[in-house]
Amino acid sequence: MAKVILTPTQTPTLFLEAENITPDVLAGKNAAEIAALHGFVGKTTVTLGDYFTVEGAGGQTAADTTVVINGDVSRVKYIGMKMSAGELIVNGNADMYVGGWMTGGKITVNGDIDAFAGLGMTGGELIVNGNAGNYLGAAYRGDWRGMQGGEIRVSGSAGSDVGTFMRGGTIVVGGNIDVHVGTHMEGGTIIVKGDAKTRVGGQMVKGTIYVYGDIDVMMPGFQYRNDVDLEVDGDNGHFALYEGDMGERHSKKKGVVIYGQLYMKY
Amino acid sequence: MTDYLIKNGFVFDPVQGINGDKVDVAIKDGKIVDAGDVTNPTVIDATGMTVMAAGVDIHAHVAGPKVNMGRNFRPEDKLFNCTAGSGIKRMEGGFSVPTVLRTAYLYARMGFGFSMEAAMPPLYARHTHEEIRDTPIIDQGALPVFGNNWFVLEYLKEDEIENTAAYIAWLLNQTKGFGIKCVNPGGTESWGWGLNCEKVDDVVPYFDVTPRQIVSGLIKANEYLGLPHCTHIHGNSLGEPGNYGITLDTLKIAEGIKPQNDFGREVVLHNTHLQFHCYGGESYASKSFESKSKEVVNYINSVDNISYDLGVVTLDETTTMTADGPFEHHLSHMNNLKWANTDVELETGSGIVPFIYNPKTFIAGAQWAIGLECGLFIKDPMRAYVTTDAPNAGPLCRYPRVYKWLMSAKARDDVLDNTLKYGDRIRERCYIGELDREISLYELAMMTRAGPAKTLGLSHMFGSLKPGLEGDVAVYPYNPETDTDDPEKIEYAFGNAAYLIKGGKLIVKEGEIVDMGNKRTFWVNAKVNENPMVERDIAEKFRRYYTVTQNNYTVKGPHFVPNPYVIEVDSTK
Ligand SMILES: [Zn+2]
Repeated sequence: MAKVILTPTQTPTLFLEAENITPDVLAGKNAAEIAALHGFVGKTTVTLGDYFTVEGAGGQTAADTTVVINGDVSRVKYIGMKMSAGELIVNGNADMYVGGWMTGGKITVNGDIDAFAGLGMTGGELIVNGNAGNYLGAAYRGDWRGMQGGEIRVSGSAGSDVGTFMRGGTIVVGGNIDVHVGTHMEGGTIIVKGDAKTRVGGQMVKGTIYVYGDIDVMMPGFQYRNDVDLEVDGDNGHFALYEGDMGERHSKKKGVVIYGQLYMKY
Repeated sequence: MTDYLIKNGFVFDPVQGINGDKVDVAIKDGKIVDAGDVTNPTVIDATGMTVMAAGVDIHAHVAGPKVNMGRNFRPEDKLFNCTAGSGIKRMEGGFSVPTVLRTAYLYARMGFGFSMEAAMPPLYARHTHEEIRDTPIIDQGALPVFGNNWFVLEYLKEDEIENTAAYIAWLLNQTKGFGIKCVNPGGTESWGWGLNCEKVDDVVPYFDVTPRQIVSGLIKANEYLGLPHCTHIHGNSLGEPGNYGITLDTLKIAEGIKPQNDFGREVVLHNTHLQFHCYGGESYASKSFESKSKEVVNYINSVDNISYDLGVVTLDETTTMTADGPFEHHLSHMNNLKWANTDVELETGSGIVPFIYNPKTFIAGAQWAIGLECGLFIKDPMRAYVTTDAPNAGPLCRYPRVYKWLMSAKARDDVLDNTLKYGDRIRERCYIGELDREISLYELAMMTRAGPAKTLGLSHMFGSLKPGLEGDVAVYPYNPETDTDDPEKIEYAFGNAAYLIKGGKLIVKEGEIVDMGNKRTFWVNAKVNENPMVERDIAEKFRRYYTVTQNNYTVKGPHFVPNPYVIEVDSTK
């Protein structure tokens, strides 16, 4: 597998928008060609070479290209946007939109990421060995198509509005999560291994949320159904099942109404 | 001003009977002149290309409060759909609800010179005009909506045509409007009561008037005033299975009414987006739903005083927006996407819902077929105009794709066989399968410029290359002799005009936009006899009901309409 190593040489004064940093774009290019790829800082067009040293080269296709960013890119946005295959490793913190609209491949961030990661993603893996910001796996502003497939794993905590308009795929948060989880959710699974605050599953139509810890205030639109023993993400536990949001529309399957499901671990 | 001579192109001008002949087109001082009347012109070599008068759009939603609400509540419409400025162009963005700049650039690239904004809520006319002002290049007008207006409902309950006409004249002047638009007559007002008008004889609550009375009265008032355009109607029960009977009932209201105007207009009723009004069956299911386009267009073919536009569904994700409030509410419950709604005090209402015409569903495919059928059954293409009711049935940028479908049976078959999931079922339930007609370039010129110009009462300015008309000419990179092999060439050419001259200014040069033109806003100043009663009613309504005073209502001054083009009519004689 061909490897491209990007090492940050300076921190952008504003923010660098670098949607070209994906295995898809870097495939088939040598170091000089990669350095010449454009990015944006504000309204000015810059090159990746202005902000990174580039070593190595892309493989023939995205699938045989690994991109490694060695250093802090907490002022670089859109890393791995729309990637479809291959691997991307960030050894440092990254800014917003990591893996936005990704369809395949694997991104590993060994650090923290900011908001809108995995936005509208339809496939692939996004692994965050650190904390995630707001709107993880959510939909773009105004859109009703949040995360639809693939998997997001955050070892630390996550911000607010995780999985808004989520329709498929899985989000696992190892730590705590802020307000508004799975708002308007219509499919997929969110697992929160720590505590949640308020507004979990508001206007949820379908899908499943597991919370291992506490929920500060339960949404009034959820009703307790029964207790159940489950294996979730390799952990065994005793859960209380709630269904909702009762204020939202719900489809029927074979005459049975399908609700959103919220499992709370005892 | 530079003179132009467009040489060696294949010219299509149905008004002059020019059908693909190689005729030189000359422009002097902003007007078309005989080729011999220009001296030292800038020569445009149109060898191997198609030359037509600039396009005229009779119905699109491109400016005003609901368009802007569509932009505001659909940021995702601009996602990955923006182009940075270059040269003289500023940044443009948006797919189904483009920015005003993209709207202007799109029209220019499609070779258009005039667009009619199809629904202006009078109370928000100021906003509409501000957007029109900020849309460069093209000339525009706007149709205020009248079909649910309290004055109109009250006067037409008693069939008071003169009072209705006086009020219309006042409102056109106040809003700098061009003509009469009527959306879901009576239905939007009923919606304020949680009801709708589904048939032409349903009664509007409180006002005790019917859609039939509203439509009939507006047509009569229109002809009383002698307005350039006719009454422009979006009838009741838009989009409802089985609505074709209501459409026929609406059309028949015009029976026997003769056009009265000095503009050469021959029709008294324009039925907009006919596609949405030609449905048979009882539900959207493929075993019930069917096309009734043939029945409706056959009726229109049998009379001579009705025109229509198609409203072709383009199988895209788009944004629906209409003054038909109850319809949008209904739609939002069908697709469960976001919905915006407003009531415009005393006048109208509006709703907005994003919509995906998914080619994998039967109904979207059937709607696509019906829109094209409406264009293919017409006997006189001077009375059927290409639109997508932009953005309701499809985005503005899809016009060239619609031309391709109308002009190529092969392109239609390709959609039926490869794009649609239920192509065969749609062939059974609609007429598309039995239609092998291919619209010619000559007919296309009727359906996109000569016809709409005539029905708008603007044939003395637009729609033809006759000497004396505005110097509005489009040159398309389409060779009618050699480019007939591949329908994709139609779509490309009509979306990428090689040249556009508008009002004698070169706007598009070798495919690039190079000038922002001299945009004008067209409105109609209708003179009527003094009418103290209507004047008193207006003062009374402002005093009692409107949240604004008349001073904050009137569209006035150069701020709102910096470049007016006023058409005068006089009914006092
Ligand atoms: Zn319309």
